Order: sequence, then structure tokens, then C-alpha cells
Amino acid sequence: MANVADKPLVHEDDLLIEEYGYDDHFHDHHHGDKFQSNFVTTYFFSQDHKMIAKQFLITGMFWAIIGGLMSLVFRLQLGFPEENMAWLKPVLGKWITVNDAGIGSLAPEFYYALVTMHGTILVFFVLTAGLSGTFSNLLIPLQIGARDMASPFMNMLSYWFFFLAGVVMFFSLFLNTGPFAGGWTAYPPLSALPQASSGSGAGMTLWIVSLVFFVVSVLLGGINYITTVLNMRTKGMSMWRMPLTIWAFFITAIIGLLSFPVLVSAFLLVTFDRSLGTSFFLSEIFIGGQALDHVGGSPILYQHLFWFLGHPEVYIIILPAMGIVSEVLSVHSRKPIFGYKAMVYSILAIAFLSFIVWAHHMFMSGVNPFISNFFVIFTLIIAVPSAVKVFNWIATLYGGNIRFNSASLFGIGFVSMFISGGLTGIFLGNSAIDIQLHDTYFVVAHFHIVMGVAAFFGMYAGIYNWFPKMYGRFMNETLGKLHFWGTIVGAYAVFWPMHYLGMAGVPRRYYRFDSFAAFGSFDLMNQFITIAAIITFGFQLLFVVNFFYSIWKGKKMTDRNPWKASTLEWTTPIEGIHGNWPGKIPTVQRWAYDYGKDGKDFIPQIQPVGADESKDEH
Amino acid sequence: MNATVATEYTRSKIHPKKFALGVACASILMMFAAFTSAYIVRQAAGNWLEFRLPDIFYINTLVILLSSATVHGSYLAFKRGKTQAYRVLLVFTLILGLAFLALQYQGWQALTSIGVELTTNPSGSFVYVISGVHAAHILGGIAALIVAIIHAFALTHKVTPARKLRFEMTLIYWHFVDFLWVYLLVFFTLQQS
Repeated sequence: MANVADKPLVHEDDLLIEEYGYDDHFHDHHHGDKFQSNFVTTYFFSQDHKMIAKQFLITGMFWAIIGGLMSLVFRLQLGFPEENMAWLKPVLGKWITVNDAGIGSLAPEFYYALVTMHGTILVFFVLTAGLSGTFSNLLIPLQIGARDMASPFMNMLSYWFFFLAGVVMFFSLFLNTGPFAGGWTAYPPLSALPQASSGSGAGMTLWIVSLVFFVVSVLLGGINYITTVLNMRTKGMSMWRMPLTIWAFFITAIIGLLSFPVLVSAFLLVTFDRSLGTSFFLSEIFIGGQALDHVGGSPILYQHLFWFLGHPEVYIIILPAMGIVSEVLSVHSRKPIFGYKAMVYSILAIAFLSFIVWAHHMFMSGVNPFISNFFVIFTLIIAVPSAVKVFNWIATLYGGNIRFNSASLFGIGFVSMFISGGLTGIFLGNSAIDIQLHDTYFVVAHFHIVMGVAAFFGMYAGIYNWFPKMYGRFMNETLGKLHFWGTIVGAYAVFWPMHYLGMAGVPRRYYRFDSFAAFGSFDLMNQFITIAAIITFGFQLLFVVNFFYSIWKGKKMTDRNPWKASTLEWTTPIEGIHGNWPGKIPTVQRWAYDYGKDGKDFIPQIQPVGADESKDEH
Repeated sequence: MNATVATEYTRSKIHPKKFALGVACASILMMFAAFTSAYIVRQAAGNWLEFRLPDIFYINTLVILLSSATVHGSYLAFKRGKTQAYRVLLVFTLILGLAFLALQYQGWQALTSIGVELTTNPSGSFVYVISGVHAAHILGGIAALIVAIIHAFALTHKVTPARKLRFEMTLIYWHFVDFLWVYLLVFFTLQQS
């Protein structure tokens, strides 16, 4: 099955695969090539991991735009609380109240709904599904040398459960009582009492239904990723030869599988409290002057359960970005990743530690301060593997022959963001300092930089790098670089000032600050942040335009390995066929990072080790 | 359409689907680990109604243990080509599974009759919710058993790799939910003593 689209009709990779590859007789079976026969099974109910990856990505982009626009609306409120918002009435309807003078203002309850939805959408739909869903699907089979996932059918279900979760959440935005407004963490009693606020009724019900669908999606995906990595690696692909991307996706899937079920437990108990009158999380409560029947519940118990997921969740978000950045930086600096094993061990260490630090989100919730000490120590220990990773990225770049393209710029930007955000994490991890800083804009700045912006940078690095693999075309480089510089300057302009707000004690989640004399001096800073946020969002639209333009009109890929990378995904034909490789599947002969070895620019993983080759030292 | 790529691979020792089931079981286990740790944390906070678990739950444990034995017997009979035993024991397993669900319901009624209702106190609520979620997982197992029975009666008895795998998946899951109940019972008993 020679590939006609490739310029050299007989490709060197094909010869290597033909000679050393492993014949699994995949294409002998008739479903091998006729797998996708019609429009619906190709573009909608596809079981091909590459198409599912694109579905995750584009759905994630849709949600990123919605979630981003929401943040602009509440930023307008924070930056310009006095301004007329009546022009938003056609979109937001009754949530903009116009007074007699014709001045429109944002309804306070909808402000909370916007903040809640922004958090939920970005954390779960964009940075979990859009990031890990996209790249785990795209890269796991391609980089380990598998035809597809262990169960393509379950993989398809995983996407459609995510889609369903999205439909339910989207629907909740249009409820008469508004979507859920109690914060993305859904703490009781706001989440457990339907009468607690306007969004706590139907809005919360739909929120919980949506997230349960989402967890199902994560679990179906995760089971698949773990099984595929452990059982379906090609011959020669030992664990220590896997690219760091695969290590990251693999560990991410394990974390998800161990932590998301805990969230389901919490949701189930909340549902019982909401609907069946139990008191898991509700203690003696008066609402509207009336005493409720609930006695003896513990709202802190919910926080324990939630953060047992919640903290691993931030690593579920950041680890895939770390894996992508490791790969991108190595490829584009033409050097092997520095400290490969140290990178793997730090991923494992971070994964392990992520399960024993959850209470650092609850220092001020009334947990025993002596118990907090343990969580402080484990939290600070996370700085060690994180620092190892940062050191290794910088050491990889050091002395490298770096190609400064969009992908590697975003990779470097990721490192910058991760350092900036990681350092403030050390402040917040101390329970004593947290007394001052908790629930202020310092926290907002910290997590937005370290897991919001940084994860986005990882995602962008991945998209620019693997776009040719997904669509057979390149994204526009000039627009890409413009996107990078606009985003990194913009993101720092938005989040850096927030640290000062937070240190001065400005609390997060407040609707407006003009009644607090102490915060009056920050009015200009809040306006600056809002303007920076609008401009930064504009640069993201540039990316969206570039993305869709390039799918159809981008520069065509003529070489199947445009980045001269050594990993397996670049040995497949440009157009991306079902089963990934036209003939045999490749056999792996070496690790994934032979760059600049013995004077050669790179040696692909399928190339057997030569007799005169120097010994691997990694 | 549903042919999975996994069946093409014969190199790995454990079948990917069986491995995937194990991973799924680990995930289910985490959910119950969350419930039981929530139980411990909540119990330590006080305002906790003490009560003894009704005896029916212990009797019920014997039922589910017996069902594990019958499904295992059926599996051995399947492998050795003893069609009669294979079919009969599988039906027994289904009956025992349904009996377990019915007896759990009796158990909840016994709880109510000693004054521990769903909303009385979190100590009771936990028992209802945890055993209820477990029962939901038993329902999944019963669905798998029904499929296995349909296969056992509709198809001629032949030990093919695909059928063996399918039966083993049912077997593993059923043993898992059985083990899960034993864990929960021991947990409740230790916490309430």
C-alpha cells in the first residue's frame, strides 16, 4: 500500500517499517479500511481516535469562547461598575436591569452565575476535556504505535458524554432562574438547598447532571488511555522509551480515575440532601427566618470530598500541558529532553503528592490548624518535583539550536507562566500566610497564571505543533507569533496586578467595591485589568481565525515529518488513515529523544541502533 | 462497527478489555472509599446515632457469597464442556443476585422499623446511600448475568476465546461487587461496634 500523496514515492520511514515492523494483519480484515464508510460515522459518531481528538478540540474551543466572553462581562462590571451596560441587554436579557435614567446594570445574582459558569466551563470543559481529551486521543495511539485505542467504541462514548454534559450545561444558561451561581466548587448550603439562591434550584440540578455526564466521559476516556498505554504499545516501546507526552497523559488518566469517582460520591450526597431530606452537609439552618429540618450535617465534609478531586484536578489540567511542553521544547531546541527519568519521576511524585494536599484549600474553613501543618508540608514538597521539571526545561533549551516558531514560543511561555504562578503557590501553601491571602485576588492571580494561562500555553504549543498531524496543513506562523506575544503580554497585564489587589486584601467574588473605602485606590487598576482582558481575548480570536482558516487554506504539508521529530506519529502518512500505518506497525528501536546524537540532527525511533553508535546515557 | 481494534492484538498477556474492566473496578472502589471515609470523618464530628445493623444484612452476605460460588462453578463447567451445570448454575446465580436485591430492600425496611429512617441521622443515611449505590452496581452485574444466560441458552456450548473472555468479564465483575459488599459489611460492623 504505497502512499501516493507523499512526494518521494518510497519513503525512508516506510522502508524501515516494512523491514523491521510488526505485522498484525490489521489490513487483512475488511473493517480495517472500510471502518468509516459514511458521512455520519466519519464526522459525528467516529470511532477513530484522530477524529475524536478533533471533536474534543473544537468543542473545547467553543466552550473557551463562551467562558472567555463570560469573564469579559464580569470584568466590565468590576472595572467599570458605573458604566451603562444597556448595550448588553440584547444578549443577556433580563439580567441587565435598566433604570429610569436608561442606565443598564448587571444583575448581582447573574454576576455570580457568570463567575460560577466561567470556572466550571474553563476547568472542566476546556482545560480537562479540551486539553487532555484532545491530545490523549490524538497522541496516545500515534506515539506508542497502536492502530487505535483499546476500545474505540468507548472512546466515542467518552466524547458524546462530554457533548451531552455540554448540552445540559448550555441549556442551564437559558433557565428563567439562571444557571447555578454558588461558585464552581458548589459548596453547600448554596448547592444543597434549592431555595438558597435563584440559581440553586433548576440551575444546580442541571449543573450536577451535566457534571455527572462529564465524569462518565472522563472515566470512559481514562480507562481507555490507561489500558491503551499499558497493553497496546508496539514492539520495542518499553515504558522507558515512551515520549514524556505519553507519560503525562497516562498518569493524568490514573489521577482522574482515582479522583473523579470521589466527586461523584459528593454529588450523590448533595443530591440526597437536596431532594430526599438527608443532612449529610446541612446543619441547623435558618432560611428566610424559618428553621429547616436539617440537623447534624457537616458542610466541611463536602469540602473534603470536593477537594479530594479538586486538587488532583489541577494536576489533571497541568500534567498534559507539561508533557506537551517537554516534547515541543525538545523537538524545537534540537536537543534531547534534559533528565528524562527525572521528568518521569517528577510526574509520578506530583501525582502521588496531589492526593495528600487537598486540605490546603480549606485552611480557613475551620479544620484543625495542627492537621493543617501536614498539608502545608506536603504542599511545599510539591515545589521540589515542580522545580526539577522547570530546571530540566530550561536545561533543555540551554545551548539548543532553538527554532522560535509559534509552538516553541508557547512552550517557553508555559515555563515562564509556570514559574510565576508556582512561586505564589509557595506563599499560599503556608497556612499562616493564607490567613491574610485566602479568598483574595492573590489566589485568583495564582491559579489563573499557574493552571489557567499555563495550561492554555501548553495547549497552544500542542495545537501549533500537531496541527499539521491533525489537518495536513500548517497554521499561519505570523499570526501565531502575534498571538503568542499578544497573549503573554496580555496575560501578565491581566493577572500580575491582581497580586497587589490580593495582598491589600481585596476579596474575590465581590460584585463591586465602591462601598469599601479601603479598596477605592484600586479603581484604576481594576480598569486596567479589564481593558487588558478585553485585548487579550481579542488575540485569542486571532487564534480561532487562524485555526479555522488554516484547516482549509493553510500551507499544505509536503514532508510527513516537518519538525524533524523522532517520535512515531510523524512516520504515518500525511492524510491520516484509519489504523494509522498503511502496512505494518513500526517497531521501536530507541528512546524518543535522539536529537543531535553523534552529529546527526535526529534519529527516528524506528531506526535500529547502529553498530558504531555511541551508547545511550539517559 | 463494534469490532474493536483490541482483538487484533495477541501479544500482551492480559486482554486489554479485561484490564480495562479492572481499571473500572478500581474507579468504582474509589467511589466507595470516598463514601466510607466520609462516614468516618462525619462520625468523628459527633451528633451520631448509634444503632446495630439488622441481622438480615448478614444473612444477605451469605446469599451474595453463595452467588459468587455458583457463578464460579458455572464458569468452570463452561470451560470443561459440562453444558447442564453451566446453564443451571448461571440461572442460580441470577436468582441469588435478585434475592440479594430483595433482601437488601428487606434490610432497609428493617432499619426503618427500628427507627432509623433515611433522614433520621447521617449515621443511618450513610447506610442507606452506600448500600443503595452498591445495589445499583449489583443491577449492572445482573444485566451482565442476563446477557450471559441468553448466550448460554441460545448458543451451542463452545469454548471460543471471545466467549471465554465475555464470561470472564462477567465473572470478574460479579466477584468484584460481591467483594465490595463484604468490605462494606465489615466496615459497617467495625464502625458500629
